[in-house]
Amino acid sequence: MAHSIRALAGACAVVALAAPAMAETLTIATVNNGDMIRMQKMTKPFTDANPDIQLEWVQLEENILRERVTTDIATNGGQYDVLTIGTYEVPLWAKQEWLTPLSDLPADYEVDDLIPAVRDALSVDGTLYAVPFYAESAMVMYRKDLAEAAGVTIPESPTWADIKTAAEKMTNKDGEVYGICLRGKPGWGENMAFLTAMANSYGARWFDMEWKPQFDSAEWKAALTDYLDLMTNYGPPGASSNGFNENLSLFQQGKCGIWIDATVAASFVTDPDNSTVADQVAFAQFPNKEGVDNHGNWLWAWSLAVPATSDAQDAAKKFVAWATSKAYTDEVAAADGWRAAPPGTRTSLYENAEYQSAAPFAAMTLTAINSANTQKSSVQDIPYTGGQFVAIPEFQGIGTAVGQQFAAALAGQMSGDDALAAAQSNTEREMARAGYPK
Amino acid sequence: MARAVSTQTKIGWTIAAWIVALLIFFPILYTVITSFKTENEAISGFNMIPSFTLDSYREVQSQYNYFRPFMNSVVIAVGSTVLALLVAVPAAWAMAFSPTKHTKDILMWMLSTKMMPAVAVLVPIYLIFLRTGLMDTRIGLVIVLMLMNLPIVVWMLYTYFREIPGEILEAARMDGATLQQEIVHVLTPMAVPGIASTLLLNVILAWNESFWTIQLTTTNAAPLSAFIASFSSPQGLFWAKLSAASVMAIAPILIMGWFSQKQLVRGLTFGAVK
Amino acid sequence: MATRQTQSLARLMRAPAIILLLIWMIVPLGMTLYYSFLNYNLLNPASTSWAGFFNYKYFYTDPAFWESIWNTLVLVLGVLLITVIGGILIAMLIDKPIFGQGIVRILVISPFFVMPPVAALIWKNMIMHPSYGVFADIAKFFGMSPVDWFAQYPLFSIIVIVAWQWLPFATLILLTSLQSLDGEQMEAAEMDGAPALSRFFYLTLPHMSRAITVVILIQTIFLLGVYAEILVTTNGGPGNASTNLTYLIYRAARLNFDIGGAAAGGIIAVVLANIVAIFLMRAVGKNLD
Repeated sequence: MAHSIRALAGACAVVALAAPAMAETLTIATVNNGDMIRMQKMTKPFTDANPDIQLEWVQLEENILRERVTTDIATNGGQYDVLTIGTYEVPLWAKQEWLTPLSDLPADYEVDDLIPAVRDALSVDGTLYAVPFYAESAMVMYRKDLAEAAGVTIPESPTWADIKTAAEKMTNKDGEVYGICLRGKPGWGENMAFLTAMANSYGARWFDMEWKPQFDSAEWKAALTDYLDLMTNYGPPGASSNGFNENLSLFQQGKCGIWIDATVAASFVTDPDNSTVADQVAFAQFPNKEGVDNHGNWLWAWSLAVPATSDAQDAAKKFVAWATSKAYTDEVAAADGWRAAPPGTRTSLYENAEYQSAAPFAAMTLTAINSANTQKSSVQDIPYTGGQFVAIPEFQGIGTAVGQQFAAALAGQMSGDDALAAAQSNTEREMARAGYPK
Repeated sequence: MARAVSTQTKIGWTIAAWIVALLIFFPILYTVITSFKTENEAISGFNMIPSFTLDSYREVQSQYNYFRPFMNSVVIAVGSTVLALLVAVPAAWAMAFSPTKHTKDILMWMLSTKMMPAVAVLVPIYLIFLRTGLMDTRIGLVIVLMLMNLPIVVWMLYTYFREIPGEILEAARMDGATLQQEIVHVLTPMAVPGIASTLLLNVILAWNESFWTIQLTTTNAAPLSAFIASFSSPQGLFWAKLSAASVMAIAPILIMGWFSQKQLVRGLTFGAVK
Repeated sequence: MATRQTQSLARLMRAPAIILLLIWMIVPLGMTLYYSFLNYNLLNPASTSWAGFFNYKYFYTDPAFWESIWNTLVLVLGVLLITVIGGILIAMLIDKPIFGQGIVRILVISPFFVMPPVAALIWKNMIMHPSYGVFADIAKFFGMSPVDWFAQYPLFSIIVIVAWQWLPFATLILLTSLQSLDGEQMEAAEMDGAPALSRFFYLTLPHMSRAITVVILIQTIFLLGVYAEILVTTNGGPGNASTNLTYLIYRAARLNFDIGGAAAGGIIAVVLANIVAIFLMRAVGKNLD
């Protein structure tokens, strides 16, 4: 019955697709970012090699995609065969047994070539549950020309004081050049990713060992105060609605002196086709506070996983292995140049001389990824894992609610202290509801 | 003399009306213009004259084949509307011509079902859709959108039918017309404008629905609301591309609206014309 | 005899619509009611348990709850105010004999055909964007610093967007009503030397009262459910400044995946919406007879 209704409704679609007999259809859910769109356009070698596999794409904006995919996987919907998810979801979903283990990848996949930090982040108890499409840490990107003109130097491993001095000197508000651009748009994956990493580098932590929120700590206060100070004095207008993409646009148009964000941005800001400042960008490590040995510990990998409910497991595994293989990287390099190769996933890419010369940011990216410790992201003792996020299911909600408070502070609608107090009580409430300490 | 004044006044009113109309239309106009700009033009300040490039449209099309969501939108909007009319016309008819003392309450109750926030019932509906195989099918969406808009449709038709004077009915009955004749020859011609504008309004509402249409589809039945959700977050320079995608999503219904504007207005009275 | 036949026929004709809506209401409502008593998080389905009234308590003790009720009221009333007053003025304007009336009318009703997420995207990126929006360009032209609308006036910005979408609807209904106004009566009043303003208040406005009622009723139903515009533009922030009740429920259901909490919020929203409906019917319902 169920199938007949479905068959009836799908009849037109099937006819339109004129699928060859016995073809398997893979429904692939992806985020609508540049690298994923490129992947969709480059699947010809895969479909040529696997004529019996048809690819269907669902591309959605990140938040809508997350909602859709989570609803489906949690209700055993089985609508998707390949999911694009991040390092936050992989361990949580693997524990719910929602993902198929990827332990039997083909030998030529060279699973040992994956950068260890990334591989660990996608594994639970040594079993890989997703393969990385591209990975990122965070670093400082800044304008050589502006720094020179302003007479400042940013060391390879700057402190927040260095950043502040440089931002101050580079700012020229009449010329629409702002010393520093940072994320302000509320969201656990937007401003809270940055602020959590920044707080880490100030020695702060989200929770103590009893899962008590720590927004009332001196470290958080120092981090948020400096953030607000930097952004109000040297940041662009409307910073509280700027996320990764907005800042990318601003930087590409030469409106930012310094931008501290995901390493993956490096290839975009040095792309002469889209960036007006492509040849003026220099890189440095994520800053730390004097005396705190912590550079934020940001690590994220957009990864491909196969849900346990998929009815085309083998085809799906074939696809995820192909899309994250060395061969795919070579294809991208051949089509769009080495600078466009998906970064951060394979050691071999960073040993490739062609890549090193095409991508001036390669060394800094690798350093940043390798130094990210997601097992212990704070210098204090913590009960959780995760770098720029806390790897508990409740974090999406809590992180976004806290992000809203901090965005309100950035927009000038409340003071930093009030935002911290609101964040503290809000988080306490949510954690109590979720039943912590567990 | 009087003529001259009236022409002058007319020009005055014309200017005022055009200013207001252009202000209201401006966001749409500017989006259309931006869709023909290059990405760099799109962000380099206010500019009403684009370089008329079709690059953005090509880019959007290469990323997401427009034809399928477009067809899905058409099928879902028209299908749910026709289905809703099939159910609603008899109901509204009965309520208008044989009202009981509960008719008003039933109507209000119907409208109140629209006040339930859709997101609160998402999980139950999602589960039902999975169990019945309606997930990602056009039929599933047709049913949901039909139910969603049914209250408005019934109410709109009811208010319209009620304006049809009862005396005509009486007269026809006196002449010995059967119920069937009554409906076909007397009432239907009078009811058509109301039905037509109800139909148009409902097509618009169904076309623009963007919660269920995204949540209950993946690929096969995904309409234009899902199409636009693929372009809604910025990727570096994206203003021209977003404009092109927006134009593609709204153009069909906008053009339909323009052409059927007269019919839409004629019946859009909600019984408010007395 | 004829009446009995007609009445049973009428019952038969009414039945499908009523039964369908009854099912559409009762099944989801029943399931929502059931979920609202569960500790049920989509991300952790294994630990689902009976919660009693905890979800309700949790929802209304949310610091954002009262703020969201207030924001809902401001949003609904603000949009109603703009669309009704604006609608009357525009309807009167385009009812005048003007050149190109057809085109003017088409331009004015166009926003109604734009789907809510697209409308929000257009306003957010083309019009109100602090760097690239038209408002920013205008501000720069006059040498002022651009306003960051969604950060500084979040709720107001959303009211503007929603009002823009509903202004055509109000205008259309008010226009049809205006056109049915008795011209002779108006002329007579004019002859008697009644000034334009009192003609408006004593003739036009009372004539339109029924249409205004309809506008208020229909729009309120849709305005209580506004969330897409908020999701696209401000995400309910900064803080909770632009969170309305529907968005608060959306947040619980889609961000926290807290099905139990969202269900409780949904039930609360239904109850409140019905209170509003009753209030509305009392206040303006007489106009509908």
